Formats: sequence, structure tokens, C-alpha cells
Amino acid sequence: MIELSEELLLRMYYKMNQARYFEEKLDDLVSKGQVHGTVHLAMGQEASGVMACLALEEGDLVSLSHRGHAQAIGFGLDVNLMMAECLGKYTGYCKGKGGSMHIADVENGNLGANGVVGGGFNLSCGAALTQKYHQTGKVVLCFAGDGATNEGSFHESLNLASVWKLPVVFFIENNQYGMSNPIENHMNVENISDRSEAYNIPGLTIDGNNFLDVYNTVTKALRYARAGKGPVLIEAKTYRYSGHSKSDKQVYRDQREVQVWRKKDPLLKMKEYLRENRVFTEKQILKMEDEAMISIEQAVEFAKKSPQPQLDTILEDVYA
Amino acid sequence: MKTSDMTKMTYRDAIRLGITEEMRLDRDVIFLGEDIGLYGGAFGVSKGLLEEFGEERILDTPISEGAIVGTAVGAATTGLRPVCEIMFMDFITLGLDALVNQGAKMRYMFGGQSQVPMVLRLPAGSGTGAAAQHSQSLEAWLCHVPGLKVVSPSTPAQAKGLIKAAIRDNNPVCFIEHKMLYDAVGLVPLDDDYTLEIGKTIVERPGKDVTIVAYGTTLAKAIEAAEFLDEEGIRVEILNPLTLYPMDMKPIIESVIKTGCLIVAHEAVKTGGVGGEIVARVVESEAFDYLTAPIIRLGGLDVPIPFNQELEAVAVPQRNDFVHGVYRLLNRE
Ligand SMILES: Cc1ncc(C[n+]2csc(CCOP(=O)(O)OP(=O)(O)O)c2C)c(N)n1
Ligand SMILES: [Mg+2]
Repeated sequence: MIELSEELLLRMYYKMNQARYFEEKLDDLVSKGQVHGTVHLAMGQEASGVMACLALEEGDLVSLSHRGHAQAIGFGLDVNLMMAECLGKYTGYCKGKGGSMHIADVENGNLGANGVVGGGFNLSCGAALTQKYHQTGKVVLCFAGDGATNEGSFHESLNLASVWKLPVVFFIENNQYGMSNPIENHMNVENISDRSEAYNIPGLTIDGNNFLDVYNTVTKALRYARAGKGPVLIEAKTYRYSGHSKSDKQVYRDQREVQVWRKKDPLLKMKEYLRENRVFTEKQILKMEDEAMISIEQAVEFAKKSPQPQLDTILEDVYA
Repeated sequence: MKTSDMTKMTYRDAIRLGITEEMRLDRDVIFLGEDIGLYGGAFGVSKGLLEEFGEERILDTPISEGAIVGTAVGAATTGLRPVCEIMFMDFITLGLDALVNQGAKMRYMFGGQSQVPMVLRLPAGSGTGAAAQHSQSLEAWLCHVPGLKVVSPSTPAQAKGLIKAAIRDNNPVCFIEHKMLYDAVGLVPLDDDYTLEIGKTIVERPGKDVTIVAYGTTLAKAIEAAEFLDEEGIRVEILNPLTLYPMDMKPIIESVIKTGCLIVAHEAVKTGGVGGEIVARVVESEAFDYLTAPIIRLGGLDVPIPFNQELEAVAVPQRNDFVHGVYRLLNRE
């Protein structure tokens, strides 16, 4: 078992709540027409996105999926700058040029959220090659969805990372659907991790709503990759509560299915764990939740007050 | 055509009607794409088709663009007539090998032996706030590949006529639909034999002072500008090259001979765009001698499409760019 300090548990619970509140707020702003374009919400997937990142060491890198807010918060991004980016403000991570789907903080190792499904697999191999080449001892954690594993790039990347023993962990958030397509309609394997066999790398399927499972499994996988043994494929089974994006009327699923998954909510599960193990008092738990909520309210305020980019910035940053 | 044989509908519905009619007429027409079944397509174009044609002909694919395009090429060479939806034109990159190196070349490379009757529907363009990877207008790439045809309808009637012609064509046709046009409404012929010939440029609006060539949503902005300029007594002639490749240049050359002034415009980035090719062909032609002013090219800025709404609008030509362009050509500024 991996030791969990009180301080770490506190950080875990705080960030999971931050991720949930961040998206609740964003959802609200979207419904009020205050966000240009669309957003992909990961409510229900917080244990996967946040915990996988919390298992990383200082200096490790991540490649995020299009459904990347919880992942980014887990990685330690500033919610003020994230919210500002979602509102297209100049103070945002990408100066308002990327939006919700492209939040990046490259200097600190977040190689960027990717709007192209499967776009991160090969890039992660490249980033892992750099780590190997420079012998940094750092690992790349690559996020993607179940649907993305049907892109050719997934298979090319797993093969390449396997034969080159690249320090990369492929972390698939299997939320049961690729847009409207239930997983059983788009692949003929029971578990996505079964696909690892074709490339002779370890493949693991875990309960993506269980914060401990995610944290422990990713920690071990990172250790394996860091030791130079090559890539690992992890499949975290989870669920998204919201539609795929703003315009999704969810004709492809029964709302009762959503209710079943809500009973397995990752935040509730963690709260139960904290109560059962008497790690924190009820008061402390509430305080963490409140603080997380306040941080998001402040982020919205920061974002709203932030300036729009000047029009002439449109020509900036095309080239280095 | 009598207006009684026409009905008002959106661009989205017109594309669907065209596909539906062709699928009813020809059992070999199949439709492949991501989320096109129950979901009805990311932009609602395929709504209801699954109910009518079933899973055998409405093929909801995994997220595998390479497989969509490659499968279509293989099916097309063996007797089917696939229509594919690539959810966003941007992702054609993932199917380009099958399209460019296989589908476009087979017939020629095999000495005329095969034919590849397929259609790629490509929702393109900016204005939706979807940022750099979901907003591109990449038609110029496709217009650089002999063997492909590239069409771009701007109205519901054009959409219906061209999608039907594209499905009946025995070559790979890239059908570019601008996302901001889906809700545009217009009269559409109900005749199930109505098609628009591929390879024809049309005069959208006759005039005598300045020629504008535009397509996609940029055409609507040109028309708005022309209506505004009308009030000042300036008569702008607008041409719409419905087929971008191979392009019918004759009406454009004739118009420039008449007006002596030319503006070409599109939303795609200016550098290397289709507009440059039109200009080159005009100056290579007899129209060169009739030009009375330098030609103006309006195009997207040479930048990826930014997310921020104000920046996004600035990235592509707007109505006033046409107005000022016309003033400049006529020395009115
Ligand atoms: C190459 C590519 N194809 C299609 C899309 C459109 N699209 C965006 S997200 C998505 C579904 C992705 O499913 P999955 O990988 O399971 O991730 P999830 O959305 O469930 O998190 C699709 C089809 C895209 N962005 N990129
Ligand atoms: Mg999914």
C-alpha cells in the first residue's frame, strides 16, 4: 500500500471539489450564453482526471484530452487562469486564443489539451523520447478517451512506445461513450486494457471512480515507466454526467443510467472514505468543500474582470 | 422552375433531402461517419436517416477517419457509392492518405481502369468559437490534387443540387459545407431529378462596375456589401464558383472584361488560397488588358483561428472589407 499523508488526502479532496465546482460554474455560464463556443465537461470523472495527475512527480509531463478541466486542475493549474481562458480573456493560459478545449501550460509540463481526438498519443511518445534522450527521469502521462483508442495513432503510439521503451503512461478515461457511440458499438474487446497485449505492454483496468484505485495504479505505472521498463496502458472505467458538449440532447442514453452512476459518484465515494477512516472531522470536510467553492467563485470573478485581448494580438505568436 | 415546385428549407435540411433522394433512387449509396446514426450527426444533417435506411446503409463508425475515407475508397472502386461525413473538415488530415494517394490517383495511375464514386462531406469554417483545430477552411489543399473535385454550395438550393450531383459523379467529390450556413433558409426545388452541374461558375448578382468572386459564407458578406453599394449607385457583379476545382473560369473572365475591376474573396487564409489561383488565371487571360486597377484579394489572416470571439471575427473578411475594396478600385476613397 502507498502511504497517504493527511496533507495529501486534503489536497486530493480539495482538488476533486475544485474540479466539480469549476465545471458546475462553467456549465452555468454556458447556459447563460456567456461562453463562446462549446465546452466538454468531465463531471463524474474527477477521480480519474485529478488523481492520475496527483500521482505525478514534480517535473513529469501531461498531455490532456479535450475533456481536460479536471485533469488540468489535478496537474495544479491555476483555476483563475483556466476560467479566464474559458471566457477568452487575455489573462487566460492561452491569452484567449485556445479556450476550454486547449488549456496549456507548457512551461510547467502541461503540453496542452487537445481538440483532435487521439492527437495526444504520438505527441506523448515524442515528449517521452525527449525525457529518455535527456535522461531526465521524468514520465509523460497521456490522457485520452475510450473513443480515441480507435484512432490509428493509438495503435502506432503503443507499438512505438513499446519497442522504444518510452517512459509514457497512457491513461484512458473510459466514460462508456465516444460522443453518442456506446463502447460496445465501437470496439470488440471487453476491456480497453486488453489492447495492451498486442503490443506486449502491461495493461490494467481500474475503477475510475475510486480515487484510491486511480492514485495507486498510476503511481505504480509511473514507477514502472520511470524505471525504463517502457509504457503502461491504464483504463479507468468512469462516466460523464453531462452531455458530450453544449448541443448534445443525449438521445443515446437513458437518464436512469446517469442516476445509477451518480450513486457511484467519485466525490461521494471519497467523502465516505474520509468519514469511515475518520481522517478529518465533519467540520474539516465542510471547510475544504467551502474553500474549493470559494476558489472557483473567485476564478469567475477574476475571469469576468479580466480584459479582452487587444485586436492586434491576433497576429502574435504564429511563429517562435 | 415554378416556385410552387419549391419549398423553403434550411441548408442543413437541403443537404439531407439531397442525400435521402439519392439513397432512395440508388441502393448502392451508403453513408458513413461518426455519430451520424441515432445522434443525427454533429450538425444534425443526418437526422432521421437511420430510421429510413437502417444500420446497413447508415454506418455509424468508430472514431477512425483513416478508416472512414479508406473504406469509402475501397467500397467505391468495387461498386458502392459512399457518402462520408468527416465531422469537422479539420480532421480530413487523418484521412488524407486514402483520399490523396489512393482515391484521387487510382483511375489515372491504372490507365483509366477504376472509378471512385464517393463524396466527402466536410463541415468547414469559423464563427462557432471552436478555435484553431475545429474552424479551418482547407479547400485549397484539396484543389491541389488532380483527380479530386471540390464543390462549395452557399445556399440551400445549391446544397441540394450539388450534393445530388456529387453522389451521381463517378469521381471523389469533396463537398464543403460552411457550418455557419446550416440554418440559412432558402427556396429549394423538390424535383428529385434536380441537380446542379459540377464545374459551373454562376453569376449570383449581375452588375457592371466591379466583379467580386466569393463563395461559402464570404459570399453572403459580399452580397450584403453589394446591396449597400447599390444605394450609392455602384453596381457590383458577384460570381460564385460553386465548383472550386476544376473551376469554370469563363464567366469570371467575361465579367472582368466587362467591369475591369476584380475582388476575389474567401474565408480561408489568403496565402496559397483559391483566390490566388483565380487571380492568376484572370491575368493569364485576355481579361488582363481590360483591368483598370490592381486586383484585390480578400482572405483570412495568415493565422490559425483564435478562440476569442472578437479575434475570431477579425480573422476573416467582413462586409466592410468588400465596401472599402470597391471604393479603392473605383478611386472613391
Ligand atoms: C480526430 C477527431 N475526430 C472527431 C472529433 C470529434 N469528437 C470530439 S470528442 C469526440 C468523442 C471522443 O470520445 P472519447 O475519446 O471517448 O472521449 P470523451 O469525449 O468520451 O471524453 C469526437 C468524435 C475530433 N475532435 N477529432
Ligand atoms: Mg468516451
